[in-house]
Amino acid sequence: MPEVFSPQILKLLVDSFVQTLYMVGIAGVIGTLIGLPLGVFLATSQRGELFAAPAVNAVLGLIVNAARSTPFIILVVAIIPLTRLIAGTSIGTSAAIVPLTIAAAPFIARVIEGAIRGVDQGLIEAARSMGASPLQIVQKVLLPEALPAITLALTLTVVSLIGYSAMVGAVGGGGLGDLGIRFGYQRFMPDVMLAVVLVLIVLVQGVQSLGDSLARRFDKRSRH
Amino acid sequence: MTDHISSGAASDEAIIQLRGVEKTFAARGANAPVTALHEINLDVPRGAILGVIGRSGAGKSTLIRLVNGLELPSSGSVQVDGVEISALEERALRQERRSIGMIFQHFNLLARRTAFGNVALPLEIAGVSKAEIRKRVLPLLDLVGLSDKVDRYPAELSGGQKQRVGIARALATNPKVLLSDEATSALDPETTEQILALLRQVNADLGVTVLLITHEMSVIKGVADRVAVIDEGRIVEEGATYDVFTGPQHATTRNFVSSITGTQLPEHLAKRLSAAPGAGKEALVQLVFKGEGAAQPWLSVLTRKLDVDLGIVQAKVDHISGRPFGTLVVSLPAVEKLPALLAASRELGLETEVLGYA
Repeated sequence: MPEVFSPQILKLLVDSFVQTLYMVGIAGVIGTLIGLPLGVFLATSQRGELFAAPAVNAVLGLIVNAARSTPFIILVVAIIPLTRLIAGTSIGTSAAIVPLTIAAAPFIARVIEGAIRGVDQGLIEAARSMGASPLQIVQKVLLPEALPAITLALTLTVVSLIGYSAMVGAVGGGGLGDLGIRFGYQRFMPDVMLAVVLVLIVLVQGVQSLGDSLARRFDKRSRH
Repeated sequence: MTDHISSGAASDEAIIQLRGVEKTFAARGANAPVTALHEINLDVPRGAILGVIGRSGAGKSTLIRLVNGLELPSSGSVQVDGVEISALEERALRQERRSIGMIFQHFNLLARRTAFGNVALPLEIAGVSKAEIRKRVLPLLDLVGLSDKVDRYPAELSGGQKQRVGIARALATNPKVLLSDEATSALDPETTEQILALLRQVNADLGVTVLLITHEMSVIKGVADRVAVIDEGRIVEEGATYDVFTGPQHATTRNFVSSITGTQLPEHLAKRLSAAPGAGKEALVQLVFKGEGAAQPWLSVLTRKLDVDLGIVQAKVDHISGRPFGTLVVSLPAVEKLPALLAASRELGLETEVLGYA
């Protein structure tokens, strides 16, 4: 690559890559901190379930759906006042983490809900018959049993976040997507565009492989 | 067929007592409320193995879940060892459940825990220390014959082995009562027999009272001291297994029992059967033996006493709770001796029925 790209472009590429990792990493972690409990609650709070609160479940479900149906680029600009409040500024890489997190949390909540709902109801009944409290059931049964599915769900989330992160260039968020648009498209540098796309492909591929292999290791359902 | 030798540990005192229990599930959407159980009265003697048999939808699942409070009765009383289950608040109920183990049709083992980890689960839930858990789990796995599978995951175990883990898990907290929810229904006959033998062993050695539900009469025959027959949410018959098998009162019970003890004439014979005697025809007589009369050598007594020849057309002999019970269809060429045969048979305590002439 050195003979193809000037040192400046190469540095831009590396910086953008780090920015993408930074945004996706922080948004992924905070999104999980919010989305995981939310997802567990969504999966356990319908009528007759462990933390039965059908009304709260319905309201939260509505909020999650609303957040998820808002196109990400619109979300980014719509919440600029909130971003400014949290990050102190509405532009830049750190500021971009706010909309990314807000997009990630409900997404994670839904995929976690799916993973938890995939746990056999019989296991909940068995745990109840042992005298487990609802919290113990979450801790000792639902989360551990759903771990392979949760791992795959979070992998999916990270891949989606990498995609979303390409759009935060709109608010000066930086990252690989932004580099591709500004240099590859606006400055007619197709080689930069190509490099950006290649790096993204490798990144997504790596994330997916890591997630798959972790999930496989966690999964004890098949003989190996 | 294994004989079931009754543990004899059962006492008259009921450890599980259901009185006037009703269970109605509330209406949901367009569905009307469903009454799953009506006026259930049931006593499970301490140390006994009591089997509840019924078809699917008869209410037996609901019934067994009342005992550990997974379901609460709409009215009536459910007591376990003197404790009114429905009156307990949530925390006390969880505490009480530790003295009531439960095993399941589909085992309900955690896929991501080894055999050891699964048996340890109820102890972890009860807040038992790690060292204590180790001391408790290994002997339990030994008891159920899995000391070589300690670190295996459920996916690496056969169905029977999984249920053994389930039984060890259910026993981990030293329960007084073991609830078995169709625990052998997903197993093949041979494995079923082994699991039933383990339940008998647990009952006899540890003195754990067992309440089991099943839709298979063979399970009742193999393991239960007492049986209750449930039909459309009502217990229609209850008693010692031998008595219920040999003298079923209710139509549903007769249906279940006939699957085990019933005899049916082969078709070619049934077709030739006529109600009236005729030239060259033999009388076919069904003799049912049970109770006191079953133990004596009655067949040779009969033939010698009446000086008749008897052919055996069909026979089914079984042992229930360690006592013989059977049905024999005999053919009598000397039709004129039929009244004498019937009288002598009744005298010996056999039930007789003339099936016809063929």
